[in-house]
Amino acid sequence: MTATYGPGAGTVPRPGGAPSRPGRTRRTLLRGLPVVPSVILMLLFLAGPIAYCVYYAFTDMRLTGASGTHFVGFGNFTKAFGDSNFRNAVELTLIFTVLSSIVGQNVLGLFLAALMRSASKSVRSTVSTVVVVSWVLPEVVAAYLLYAFFRREGELNAILHVLHLPQQNWLFTLPIVAVSLANVWRGTAFSMLVYSAALQEIPAEITEAAEVDGAGRWKRLWHVTLPMIRRSIGTNLMLNTLQTLSVFGLIFVMTRGGPGNRSETLPLYMYEQAFQDSLIGYGTAVALMLLAVGALFSVLYLRLLRTEV
Amino acid sequence: MAVVSSPKPRVHGERVRSARERRVRTRSRRRTERIVVNTILLLIAVLFLVPLAWLVMASLNGTADLRVRVPHPMTLDNFHRVLNADMTYRPILNGLILCGGATALCVVCAVLAAYPLSRYESRYKRPFLLTILFTTGLPITAVMVPVYAMFVQVNLIDTMYGTILFLGSSALPFAIWLTKNFMDGVPLVLEEAAWTDGASSMQTLRRVVLPLMWPGITVVTIFTFLSMWGNFFVPFFLLLSPDQLPASVSILNFFSSRGTVEYGQLAAFSLLYSAPVVVLYAVMSKVLGGSSALGGALKG
Repeated sequence: MTATYGPGAGTVPRPGGAPSRPGRTRRTLLRGLPVVPSVILMLLFLAGPIAYCVYYAFTDMRLTGASGTHFVGFGNFTKAFGDSNFRNAVELTLIFTVLSSIVGQNVLGLFLAALMRSASKSVRSTVSTVVVVSWVLPEVVAAYLLYAFFRREGELNAILHVLHLPQQNWLFTLPIVAVSLANVWRGTAFSMLVYSAALQEIPAEITEAAEVDGAGRWKRLWHVTLPMIRRSIGTNLMLNTLQTLSVFGLIFVMTRGGPGNRSETLPLYMYEQAFQDSLIGYGTAVALMLLAVGALFSVLYLRLLRTEV
Repeated sequence: MAVVSSPKPRVHGERVRSARERRVRTRSRRRTERIVVNTILLLIAVLFLVPLAWLVMASLNGTADLRVRVPHPMTLDNFHRVLNADMTYRPILNGLILCGGATALCVVCAVLAAYPLSRYESRYKRPFLLTILFTTGLPITAVMVPVYAMFVQVNLIDTMYGTILFLGSSALPFAIWLTKNFMDGVPLVLEEAAWTDGASSMQTLRRVVLPLMWPGITVVTIFTFLSMWGNFFVPFFLLLSPDQLPASVSILNFFSSRGTVEYGQLAAFSLLYSAPVVVLYAVMSKVLGGSSALGGALKG
């Protein structure tokens, strides 16, 4: 027993020696008691709504009209897949996720973290401060800043004008690109922090050895660095994707899903169906699909962590 | 050694020279590389900085529009205009009540739950922790529609305490996970002494464990508060009456209720609303010893 002391290691010595079986059960219950408030809250406000979500998704519940709620089976789902607006939302969500999380935040974050290792100290701290500040700003504030940046009379077009590059009304012509770039601006810091930590853990001898063996910069990156941080890449991609799937405020403030539905990702589509058209049942079915995709990624994330621990 | 050097002394000398040359070349290459890297990084930083610069400049500008300009006239007028009960004080106070209440609820429950999870073995522990971790990944946005419907049915909609309960609960999984990780770092030895002296587990938690892990508790508290302070969609869905809305939602009024948008006032308000976030984040990274530690902590 004395050998297992230490955080999380084995059992704690219990006063009173080995008790009988009912005594042990009672003690387990007593020890578990502090978990109870959390469990109750999470059951009521997280598990409850998810269970509701599963139930409502198969009904035609509405907020208005007292016609009552009926069970409609898979009606909501067949309706969704037949609806071009829904397919549009799925496509846009995919574009938004790939463009902003998988390509944008992930690659830019790794790029920044890698470059910072060979930058001078003052530059490094300046860059990380600026990037981190754009990360910690509240979502709505970030949304307004980027709204101002991408507007026709905003700063982006002014910069493009100075550089003699074509300008356009970004929020109108390429709304999904604008909100994706906005999400890159807002979310890159997280990837940068994760990758900075991961790169620091690579022993210097390994990269030096590769350099002595004549491996160029790209070869070193591809054959040495990336394989060594592949777990961080996995975790980072999962967390970014999960976060990006549930982005609502940023897009809502910048474009409200418009013009038309050209930046209406799944969360915004869900909102529109459930609240503006008060089709709670249908909106919940959409939410359930979003939840299912999130759950899938979450399970993948758990598996990644398990190989790491 | 002698075998190598005596027959071909010339080659040896060349090799030394070329090695020195290579070193010089490497050093100058390193220097150019550093200049290139610094330039690229600063360019990226400028791109990130432009929207932030707009925020600061526009808030001080009497005639602000969407461009980044030197304030003309330079004035604090925008701040004077927004610093009143309706536009700033009430939303900020609502935010404090909402996020403060929910953070308190969340951190107290998380500490209580983390204690047995960190200290005792049980066959329920692993499944419980896996469920918690799984829940942290779920998109909470997706749950909002059923939560809204549920809150309408049980009359919790548009109530401050209902929203506090939901906000606190939705932050619980991550808070428990983080607290448990911090608590695992507190050695058991001192607790054993306390147990031997006959202290109950709750006394031990309060008197021994918590004082030893205050940096961890600070980080969990600040992190939870910040994520709620910036949260838009939960109060947006669950609170309806204008006088209950926190700053994260009331900011929408700058666009909808007036015909023309006062960009200067919007910027001033955004700055006031964001200031606590930047300060608290700085405190948190100081406690953690550098911002990279948070990346590590979040990684799990």
